[in-house]
Amino acid sequence: MKKSILVLALLACVSLVFAQDIKIGGIGPVTGEAATFGISTKNGMMMAVEEWNAKGGVFGGRKVKLIFEDDKGDPAEGATVYTKLIQQDGVVAIVGTVMSKVTLAGAPICQANGIPMISPTSTNEKVTLVGDYIFRACFIDPFQGTVGANFAYNDLKARAAAAIFDLGNDYTKGLAENFKKQFEKLGGKVVAFEGHPSGATDFKAQLTKILQAKPDVIYIPDYYNDVGLIAKQVRELGFKGPLVGGDGWDSPDLVKIGGTAVENGFFTNHYSSEDTRPIVQDFVKKYKAKYGAEPDALAALAYDAMYIMLDAIRRAGTTKGSAIRDALKTTDLNVVSGRVKFDENRNPIKSAVIIEIKNGKPVYRTTVNP
Amino acid sequence: MKLQKFPRFLAVVILFYAVIEILFKLDVVNGYLLHIINLSLIYVILATSLNLINGITGQFSLGHMGFAGVGAYVSAALSTLVFKLSPSKPGDMLVFVGCIVAGGLAAAVVGLLIGFPSLRLKGDYLAIVTLGFGEIIRTAFNNLDVVGGPRGLLGIPKFSNFTTIIIASALSVVVIRNLIQSSHGRAMLSIRENEVAAELVGIDTTRYKVMAFTFGAFFAGIAGGLLAHLIQLAHPTQFGFIKSVEVLIMIYAGGVGSITGSILAAFGLTFLSEGLRLGIRSLADATGLPIGGEWRMVIYALLLIFIMLFRNEGLMGTKESKIIELPEVE
Amino acid sequence: MGPLINPQQIINGLQLGSIYALIALGYTMVYGIVRLINFAHGDFFMIGAYAAYAAFFAFNAMVAGRTGTLAFIVLVIAMATSASVAWLANKLAYKPLRYKPKLSSLITAIGVSMFIEYFFSAFPAIGASYRAFPEIIPRRDIHIGPAVVSNLVLIDLAVAAILMIGLTLLVRRTTLGKAMRAVSQDKDAARLMGIDIEMVISFTFLIGGAFAGAAGLLAGMTYPRIFPYMGILPGLKAFIAAVLGGIGNIPGAMLGAYIMGIAETFASAYNSLIGEGIAFAILILVLLIRPTGLLGEKIADKI
Repeated sequence: MKKSILVLALLACVSLVFAQDIKIGGIGPVTGEAATFGISTKNGMMMAVEEWNAKGGVFGGRKVKLIFEDDKGDPAEGATVYTKLIQQDGVVAIVGTVMSKVTLAGAPICQANGIPMISPTSTNEKVTLVGDYIFRACFIDPFQGTVGANFAYNDLKARAAAAIFDLGNDYTKGLAENFKKQFEKLGGKVVAFEGHPSGATDFKAQLTKILQAKPDVIYIPDYYNDVGLIAKQVRELGFKGPLVGGDGWDSPDLVKIGGTAVENGFFTNHYSSEDTRPIVQDFVKKYKAKYGAEPDALAALAYDAMYIMLDAIRRAGTTKGSAIRDALKTTDLNVVSGRVKFDENRNPIKSAVIIEIKNGKPVYRTTVNP
Repeated sequence: MKLQKFPRFLAVVILFYAVIEILFKLDVVNGYLLHIINLSLIYVILATSLNLINGITGQFSLGHMGFAGVGAYVSAALSTLVFKLSPSKPGDMLVFVGCIVAGGLAAAVVGLLIGFPSLRLKGDYLAIVTLGFGEIIRTAFNNLDVVGGPRGLLGIPKFSNFTTIIIASALSVVVIRNLIQSSHGRAMLSIRENEVAAELVGIDTTRYKVMAFTFGAFFAGIAGGLLAHLIQLAHPTQFGFIKSVEVLIMIYAGGVGSITGSILAAFGLTFLSEGLRLGIRSLADATGLPIGGEWRMVIYALLLIFIMLFRNEGLMGTKESKIIELPEVE
Repeated sequence: MGPLINPQQIINGLQLGSIYALIALGYTMVYGIVRLINFAHGDFFMIGAYAAYAAFFAFNAMVAGRTGTLAFIVLVIAMATSASVAWLANKLAYKPLRYKPKLSSLITAIGVSMFIEYFFSAFPAIGASYRAFPEIIPRRDIHIGPAVVSNLVLIDLAVAAILMIGLTLLVRRTTLGKAMRAVSQDKDAARLMGIDIEMVISFTFLIGGAFAGAAGLLAGMTYPRIFPYMGILPGLKAFIAAVLGGIGNIPGAMLGAYIMGIAETFASAYNSLIGEGIAFAILILVLLIRPTGLLGEKIADKI
């Protein structure tokens, strides 16, 4: 008990830094198995903050102080971190976090405290339904799955599809389920629907079974690292047809891991890095210069989420939670992942693009409107 | 068996409760600190109940969070999906208590079911079987769509608060402490000290091992239920092997067999892991080193190794603090 | 739907089993000698993969074109690095606790494992990101009837087999092997016989680490994606394989690993939900029916 009082005193000392900076909380899993996603997210957020500060701050010359915390990809840790940022650091808004399960532990805390929050990458539909202070910058699960199914059926003329997804990850399971629903609605047949455990590296058992069902196309809504391995193994087993996936594919490492196996692969995404809009080109160039790596989807969405939040605070002209929330609702902004407006459930209305992997490069194929 | 109430312990708990409540009202303790205290108290239940199995009875279990998971899912399914409770309705608090107890009982039943066959095994083999069971429980949640599958069980009402948690936590400690000092507890200790000798003097070792397992699982279930109603979400990944290891670390850092040690370690390590957030930031600010939150767990792991190297019997060894020591000297 | 049991699935299972086997051997040897579940063993595997990655880029230009030489250099460096780390972990973290209660070294092992993972993840030159493992040996497919076997599968099987035969010879035929067996049977008696126990233990860690390093390289080539936490899951599975075969028993670890690899493959092919839990289910069944594992010997209770 003595210990707790000691730490209590310690914690109490470290509040009140620079009163005039606007404190924004950032959250991501920078340790643990999702660390690579957390690091991209942190990088994206920091870049946006630095740009705004270089421009002279958000409003009235007030600069942003980003307080970034680690959630370890654990819901309980997430609840602690959201509470810390709000109660201890007194942030005016929160950008975070990556995984839906953790965001869902944090969203009720933001809602109860009237702190506006935007998650860059939590795709679970339920996230923004927690309350009117909760926004997101990414697609929701049903949208991408549906777009992927339409593309496979209409453009690739596939009639028999298979899907493989991560059993322990709601994002990939959600996409796969929605793909199946839509593909069957269109009249196609889903001939195999296989899950794999989280963290697996060998998918050949499932893939061998999938290939026995003779699909025209395989839907792989995993993250790029798993996709690279799955693609390699399915090609090794002799599949030559197209592979389709979601925005988890968006990383330069997809081709590095998958090599030629990801050729004839297509995925739904927010933007194309070939996009000539200056904001995209600028973002890609600056990110490379700063971090020595090409940005992935997580970095882009984190950058956008921070941008959307700071823009809302600028328009609100105050740090009051309800004012920021109202400003967020009327967002109409061009960011890296496209032009963002929010619908009544605070999900972004934006179009998706289909990217094709051609000669080791992501190439823009078509745009799909919601 | 006479029930000991440990008046000194209860006095300390009540004092602690009153001080924190007052400081909270005065805004000296903020919501963050209170949240860490709540988590620590939940870890107190987890650590003391695991200590009953590992420390007192000497049965090495690596699947403790599996039981917590059963408690979390059962209690939350009852409160959220069946009864649709809400903290704003005054009568619902009682139903909530019922749900938590039901969660604990469900965990106890699972503990019993797992305990009977597993306890034929000893030492490392038992550890591995409990690890296996824990992982199977987690996998089951992951694939049960009724409770959300990999999305987790969402929208759980927030019933857990400082008051409910501290009551549950104090009760667990008192009950476990009573159990340990009863004749049953003596029998459990004898199994830890020398199983063969215990058997030779006529102690039904299997019965006592299963008893320790069942009680331990019950309290772990209670803790899981409280956790789910605190963070308003139950997710399979919260109850995996790595989480069980976290609790295990607590009882070893505190001292195997010492309830006092488990309590201190539950608080100490929870505060350490949070305190390191500040520590890292201050260090980065002071030295200008480009270090961030990703170094927090590196330091945590190093400290753990040092604790084990330089104080391998744990903080308390097998000693108990005067506060929860037996009232009369034997 | 094709038949569930087909040649392709058997090959898939054997390949998976080979990598499990190399990790399981280290687990089982260390356990046999010091009765310690070395939780950091999966991380030695990860270190082997990173060492191979670094070695490839260091030597690629120097031996340009000679694939065999390069592969050999990379293998040696991966094995040496993992072996040194294993040796170091033993010296710094496990040895001081050797005669203390067994479970305190177990917690220390967990600490070492956490430290390695978090350190690799936090250290900027390594980082948490996934890395694409380079193609050290170009893949070629060989069609045998209805099944496809890549040269990588053959390499995995061959390297595992050679190392396992080597280990068996070492343990059965050499003085060191004799000493190892002696220490694993009765430490005190071995010491009385004049065996330098600490030296034997160090050697055991060196060999176990080297095997984990080789497994790391093979895993990197077969599943070309490496990251700091890649050792956790295979480590756990390999450990289960070791227990399944009878922990402390070298042929048992190999048998357990291949059973695990094949069972996991077939279970996943049958139903993905079952595939996820099968490792644990088999483990529990075997241990409940035969508590010492498949090839483990019954240890008499000491009174």
